[in-house]
Amino acid sequence: MRRIGVFICWCGTNIANTVNIEGVTEAAGKMPSVIYADNYKYMCSEIGQSMIKEAIIKEKLDRVVVAACSPRMHELTFFKTAAAAGLNPYLVEIANIREHCSWVHKDKQEATGKAIALIRTAVAKAARNKELWATQIPVECRALVIGGGIGGIQAALDIADAGFEVDLVERTPSIGGRMAQLDKTFPTLDCSACILTPKMVEVASHHNITLYTFSEVEKVDGFVGNFEATIRKKARSIDLEKCTGCGICWEKCPSRVKSEFDEALVMRKAVYVPFPQAVPNVPVIDRASCRRFTREKCGICRKACPAGAVNYDQEDEVLQKKYGAIVVATGFDILDLDDFGEFSYGKHPDVLTSLEFERLVNSSGPTGGRLLRPSDQSPPKNVVFIQCVGSRDKSRGKPYCSKICCMYSAKHAILLREKYPEAQAYVFYIDIRTAGKDFEEFHRRAVEEYGALYLKGSVGKVFPDGDKLLVKGVDSLSGHAVEIEADMVVLAAAIKAKSDAPQLARLLGISTDTHSFFTEAHPKLRPVEAHTAGIFLAGACQGPKDIPETVSQASGAAAKAIILLSKDNLLSNPCVSEVNESLCTGCLSCIKVCPYGAVAEKTIEEKIHGKALKRRVAEVNEALCQGCGSCTVSCRPGAVNLKGFTNEQIMAEVDAICL
Amino acid sequence: MPVNLKLQSFEPLIIAFCCNWCSYAGGDLAGTSRMTYPANVRVIRVPCSSRVSSNFILRAFQRGADGVVVAGCHPGDCHYTSGNYFARRRFLLLQRFLEFLGMEPERFQVHWISASEGNRFAAVMTETTDKIRALGPNRKLRDTR
Ligand SMILES: Cc1cc2nc3c(=O)[nH]c(=O)nc-3n(C[C@H](O)[C@H](O)[C@H](O)COP(=O)(O)OP(=O)(O)OC[C@H]3O[C@@H](n4cnc5c(N)ncnc54)[C@H](O)[C@@H]3O)c2cc1C
Ligand code: FES
Repeated sequence: MRRIGVFICWCGTNIANTVNIEGVTEAAGKMPSVIYADNYKYMCSEIGQSMIKEAIIKEKLDRVVVAACSPRMHELTFFKTAAAAGLNPYLVEIANIREHCSWVHKDKQEATGKAIALIRTAVAKAARNKELWATQIPVECRALVIGGGIGGIQAALDIADAGFEVDLVERTPSIGGRMAQLDKTFPTLDCSACILTPKMVEVASHHNITLYTFSEVEKVDGFVGNFEATIRKKARSIDLEKCTGCGICWEKCPSRVKSEFDEALVMRKAVYVPFPQAVPNVPVIDRASCRRFTREKCGICRKACPAGAVNYDQEDEVLQKKYGAIVVATGFDILDLDDFGEFSYGKHPDVLTSLEFERLVNSSGPTGGRLLRPSDQSPPKNVVFIQCVGSRDKSRGKPYCSKICCMYSAKHAILLREKYPEAQAYVFYIDIRTAGKDFEEFHRRAVEEYGALYLKGSVGKVFPDGDKLLVKGVDSLSGHAVEIEADMVVLAAAIKAKSDAPQLARLLGISTDTHSFFTEAHPKLRPVEAHTAGIFLAGACQGPKDIPETVSQASGAAAKAIILLSKDNLLSNPCVSEVNESLCTGCLSCIKVCPYGAVAEKTIEEKIHGKALKRRVAEVNEALCQGCGSCTVSCRPGAVNLKGFTNEQIMAEVDAICL
Repeated sequence: MPVNLKLQSFEPLIIAFCCNWCSYAGGDLAGTSRMTYPANVRVIRVPCSSRVSSNFILRAFQRGADGVVVAGCHPGDCHYTSGNYFARRRFLLLQRFLEFLGMEPERFQVHWISASEGNRFAAVMTETTDKIRALGPNRKLRDTR
C-alpha cells in the first residue's frame, strides 16, 4: 500500500473561484492509496512548500500529488520541495487544475468534477512512479572547431582564451576562409587582410589551439561531452616542421593550374600556398596536377628545396580525438551561374561574379589591385552591377535574400570610383536592403559621394558587342528601357550552402533546412545551438551573414561551448528509455525510429537449459536518449519503456481519467 | 462519472493526449488567455506525440471515452525532430483500423497545435466535443463489464 499525499492549491482565487476546493479535497482523501489531502491558498509559496515538506515527513508520504498550475510552470519547484524533505523528486506528480481546468471552464460544478478526475489521474500515475536518478556524465574538456574562416577563427580564439584546448580543422591548405579573399570590407572599408591576418597568426601561435589545415573530419561518434572524432590529415607532401616557407619550390615548379583562391582568374603552381599571408605558410603539393604524381616524372621541387622538406612519400595521417563540444563554422559558397545564360557569364571574360571583382580590386590579387578588364587588361569606364542574381528567385535560384549583396555592391561601386574617379557605376536592384549599423549611410555615400547610379529594375540580357558589353534592362521607376554600353558587368551571385553540407550534417547528426543551411535548435531563443546537444553553429553555414554577424554568432557559440566545457560533469535527464532484455526479441524496430541514434544493438549471452546461447538485443545509450518515447511505441513485445512515462503509468492514467 | 447513455442529455467524454512541447503548452496558453472550451475534454501529458501507443487509444475507448484526440507539434516542428511524422503514419493506420472495426472515424482525431495556438487548442477541443456529442456515445468499443 502506497502512502500518497495530495496538496490542492487555490492559487488565490484563480482556482478557488471555479473549483470547489473543499469538495475536491474531500474527494481526493478518498482516492485509493491517498492517506493525506490538504489545501492551501498558495502552494508554491514558502508556507505552502513547508506544508508539503512537513506532511512528507510526519505522514511518511511516499508519493506526492500537487494539484495546482501547469507542470510547465512549477513542476521543478515542487520537485525541489520533495527533495528537500528527502523524497525522490520523480515521485511527485502535478495535476494541472488551473490552465487546463479553472481558467478554461466557467461552470463550477463541471470544473470541480474535472479537477477531481485530473487529480485521480495524477494519483493513479504517481502510485506507479519510481525513484529516478539523474546520472553524471563526465565532460571531455576540449573543443573541436570545424572550418577555419573568420567564424571558426573567432570561436577557436574565444574558447582557447577561456583556457580550454581547441583543435581547429580546416579543409584547405590555409585558414582565413572567404574573408581572406576580400579586398576592403563594408561598412568601414578597412582592409580585410589588415584585420584578418593578425587573427590568423594569433590562432597559429595560441598555446591552446592545435591547427589541422588540409584536413577533414571523417567521422564523429559519441554524444555531448564525449564526442570522438576521426580527423584525416591529408598528405601535404611537404614536411611542416622542416619547411621555412621560402617559396623556392613554387618558383621552380613547372605545372600550372587555375588558382581556386583567385577564383580561377590566374594560374598557380602545383606546389603552392593559396595566398601570400597563408597560415600556416607552408605549401602543399596538389597531387592531381603535379607531374611527379600524374606522370611519375619531375622532382624539381625536391631538388630545389634548401630545407629538404619535400616528401613525395608522405601519407595521410588519421587521428582519433575526443571532444566535449563541437563548433561548426564551414561557411558558404556562391551559386553556379550556368542557368543564367542571359548575362553571358562564362562566355565573355569581362562578365564577372562579385567574388571575382573582389579579387581584381585586391592589391594582392591577379592585377595587383589595378582593376583591369580580364579581356584586354584595360581600366574599365562603365561598370554595371546586377544584384540578386539567383537570390529571391524561386525558379532558377534561391527564394531567400542573400543579405550581403546590397552592401558589397555599394562597396564595389565605391572602390571602382576610388580607383578610377572618372568611371561610372550602374547598379540594377530589386530593393535596397541596408538594415545594419551604418549600412544605410554607407549606401547613401555610394550614391551621393561616389555618384553610383542606382536603377530599380532587372536586366534582360547582356550582349557582347565588340570589346564592350551591351546591357539591356528596364528602369521600372521611369518605365523606360535602358541600354548601357559597359566595359565590365559584375553579378552578385546568391550565397548558398556548401554543397557537402548535407553530408557533414549526417556525419554530425545535425539537421539542415531545405537549402542545406544548418538549422539552429530554436530560431529565436537558441540560434547558436544545433539540435544535437553539444554541437554549436557559427557563421554563414547557418544562413547568409556578413562578417560582424558571423563574429558575434561565433562568440555566442564559443560561450555556449565554454559553459559546457567548464562543467566537470553533466547531469542527464533520467526520463530516458530502457530495454527489458528478457522481453526484447532483437527486431530492432526501435533503432529505425530513434532521431538521436541512441539505440544500438548488442549481443548478450544467456544460459538456456544449461546451454550458452548468444542473442541480439537493443541497448539504449542514456546520454544520447532525449526521452521522446518513439521507440517504446515501435517495440512489438513491449520491451522498451520510457522512464517517467511508462506504459503502465499511462495505462493507469487512461483508466483513471475515464472513470 | 457514470456516462449517461440517454441521447438527450448525453455529454461525451473526450481524452486528449498532448505532447509536452507544443500542444500541452498550447492548452496552457488557452488557459492563460482565459479562453473557454467544454469540460468534457481531459488531457494526458506525454513527452511527444510519438509516445502515444495505439494501445492507449484503444484502452481509452474500452474504458468509455467517446472520443480521443492526439495533439502534437506541427509537422517539422516536433521537439524531437521527427516524432510527429511517425505518429502521423501510425495514426493514419489506426484510423483505418477503427473504421474497419465499424467505429465512426471522427471519434479519433489527430491535430497539430503549436505552443502559440491557444485559440486553436480551444477551437479544436470545442469542435471535437460538438462533433462527438452529435455522434452519440461510443457503444462499439466500450467494455460491457
Ligand atoms: C563578394 C563578397 C563580398 C563580401 N564583402 C563583405 C564585406 O565587405 N563585409 C562583410 O562584413 N562581409 C562581406 N562578405 C561576407 C563574408 O565573406 C562572410 O560573412 C564571411 O566570410 C563568413 O565567414 P564564415 O567563417 O562563416 O565562412 P567562410 O569564410 O566561408 O569560411 C568557412 C571555412 O570553412 C572551411 N570548410 C568548409 N567546409 C569544411 C569542412 N567540411 N571541413 C573543414 N573545413 C571546411 C572553408 O574552407 C573555409 O575556410 C562578402 C561576401 C562576398 C561573397
Ligand atoms: S514533441 Fe510535440 S510532437 Fe514531438
